[in-house]
Amino acid sequence: MTDKVNESRRNLLVGTSVVGVVGAVFAAVPFIKSWMPSERAKSAGGPVEANISKLELGQKIQVMWRGQPIFLVKRDKNQLNTLEGLASKLKDPSSESSIQPEFAKNLHRSKKEELLVLVGICTHLGCSPKFYPEIVPQAFDADWKSGFYCPCHNSKFDISGRVFSGSPAGTNLVVPPYVFVDDENLIIGMDKLEGEA
Amino acid sequence: MANTREVKTTGFMGWIDKRLPVTQMWEDHLSKYYAPNNFNFWYFFGSLAMLVLVNQLLTGIWLTMHYKSDAAQAFGVVEYIMRDVPWGWLIRYLHTTGASAFFIVVYLHMYRGLMYGSYKKPRELIWVFGMLIYVALMAEAFMGYVLPWGNMSYWGAKVITQLFGVIPVIGDTLLEWIRGDYVVSDATLNRFFALHVVAVPLVLLVLVLMHIAALHQVGSNNPDGIEIKENKDENGIPKDGIPFHPYYSVKDIFGVAVFLLIFLGVVFLNPQFGGLFLEHDNYTIANPGVTPEHIKPVWYFTPFYAMLKAVPDPLGGMILMFGAIIMLFTLPWVDRSEVKSIRYRLLPFKLALAAFVISFLVLGWLGMQSGSTVQKYMAIVCTAVYFLYFPFLFFYTKNEKHKPIPKRLTH
Repeated sequence: MTDKVNESRRNLLVGTSVVGVVGAVFAAVPFIKSWMPSERAKSAGGPVEANISKLELGQKIQVMWRGQPIFLVKRDKNQLNTLEGLASKLKDPSSESSIQPEFAKNLHRSKKEELLVLVGICTHLGCSPKFYPEIVPQAFDADWKSGFYCPCHNSKFDISGRVFSGSPAGTNLVVPPYVFVDDENLIIGMDKLEGEA
Repeated sequence: MANTREVKTTGFMGWIDKRLPVTQMWEDHLSKYYAPNNFNFWYFFGSLAMLVLVNQLLTGIWLTMHYKSDAAQAFGVVEYIMRDVPWGWLIRYLHTTGASAFFIVVYLHMYRGLMYGSYKKPRELIWVFGMLIYVALMAEAFMGYVLPWGNMSYWGAKVITQLFGVIPVIGDTLLEWIRGDYVVSDATLNRFFALHVVAVPLVLLVLVLMHIAALHQVGSNNPDGIEIKENKDENGIPKDGIPFHPYYSVKDIFGVAVFLLIFLGVVFLNPQFGGLFLEHDNYTIANPGVTPEHIKPVWYFTPFYAMLKAVPDPLGGMILMFGAIIMLFTLPWVDRSEVKSIRYRLLPFKLALAAFVISFLVLGWLGMQSGSTVQKYMAIVCTAVYFLYFPFLFFYTKNEKHKPIPKRLTH
C-alpha cells in the first residue's frame, strides 16, 4: 500500500458517482409524475353544459365544473345599475389583475350583459361565497348593493364578482371560459365551439 | 473466535451478546445511562410523547383494517367503525383523542426546551430533530383529518392545499400535483391515506430514533441548565447523575399513570371535547358545493391559521405561517447566551418568553374565532410579538447579564 492516489481509478469513481446521481434523478421522475392528474381525472375535467331556460331574473343556478361550483346569475336592471357607481369602493374595478376571458373584461364581466358566469370560489382561500341578491342592508354591510359574501373571512364582491376594498380576497372572482350554443344553452370550460375559428 | 467481540455475559445472554449487543444497548441507553438527578414535572412529556406515538400506531393499524380510502365510502365507513365494528368506537376515539394529546404533550415538551435552554449547544441537533418531528406530526395530523371525508375535512384540505397555489409561476401546477386532480377529490384522499399510514409514520419513527440517539450522545439537559458531565467521580460517572433505569423509568411510569387517567377520562367521557378534538361540522359528508359557515382547523393549528388570516395577501400569509415554524428551527443559534436555564436568567428574558408564549396562546384562540375587526388587530399584534422574540433574543443574549450559575445541581 502506498499513499499515492491512483488518479485514473479516482476519476472512474467520480465519473461513476455522477452517472449514478443522474440516474437517480431520472428514476425519481416516474414517482413524481405519478402524482399528476390521471387521464381519467383529465377527461372528467372536460367542459360541461348548462341550460339557463328556467333561470329567472335575479336568480342563481349552480353547475359543477372540475369540481368547482359555477354560478350562473341572470341579473335584473336594478342589479346592473349598481355596477357603475361602485368603482371607488373596489380593489380592481376594471378587472386589470383578475382572471377572466378577454370577452368578460368589461363592466358587467360577461358575454351577455345580464348573464353572469363565475367560478363560485373565493379568490382568498377557496371558500364558496354566498349569494345575497337583494339590495338591502345586511349584517356585514349596511350599504349592500347585491352581490356575493364569503362567510369564511368576510370577503365581499359586487354583482359582477368584483371584490370590495377591505376584503381579504385580492382579486375579483374568476370568470371561467364559456361559449353559448344557443340562447338557452352554454358550455363551460371552452371559449369557442368546435369548428369556430 | 477471533472475529467475535469480548462480552461480559455468559450462558444464553453471552450467546446473544456475541451476536447482537443487547446487554450493551440496555446499559448504554437505560441501566447505565446517567441522567441529571433533578428532573421535575416538565421532564414527563418526552416519554409521554412516545407513549402517545405507540397509541397512534396501534390504534391506527387497527383502524386501517376497517377503513376504505374511497371518496364514495370513506364517510360511511367511519360511521360503520363507530357503530358496527366491535369496539370500533373505542379504537377510533383513542386515535382521535391521541392526536390532540400528541400535540398537548409535544407543545409542553417544546416549552420545557425554551425554558431550560435545552436547544442550546451541545443539543442543537436534538432540537432540530425535534422540530422535524413536530413538522412531520403536523403533516400527519392534517392528512389524517382529511380521511373521514366530512365537510370540514374536505374544506380544510381545500384551503390548506390552496396555499400552495398562491406560489407564483409554479402554483397552479403544484396544486394539481398535490391534489392529483383539478380539485380535492378521490385521488387526493387516496394519496393522503398512503402518506398518513405509511410514509409519514416511517419518517416519524426514524426521526424519533435520531432525536433519542442525539440525546443519548450528549446527555440530557436539566432544570439548572448545567452539564453534569463536567463533574465526574473516579469511575467516570457524573456525580449528579442517576441511572435512567430504574430511577426515571419508575418516575415516567408514574407520569404515564396520571396521563392515562386524564387521557382515558377524555376518551370515555368527552371525546369530542366541545368540538375542539372532533368538530361538529365534520359530521356531514364532504360537499364541494357547500362551504361550512366557519372554516377553522383543529386547535393545534389555530395559532398558525391566525397568522395566515392576519395579512390580506395569501402569499404573504403563507410565508408568515411557514416562517413562524422555520424561526423555531433557528433558536439554537439565535440564543447566544452562556446560560441555559430560565432559573439563572434575568427579568428581560422571562418577560420575553412570557410574551412569546402568551402571543402564541392568544393566536391559538384567535384562529378559532370568526374574525372581527378587533380580533384582526389582535392577530397582527400577536404575530408581531411572536416574531420579535427571535431578534430580541439574538441581540439581548449577546452580552446577557445573569445570576451566578452553580457548579452542581440544586434541589
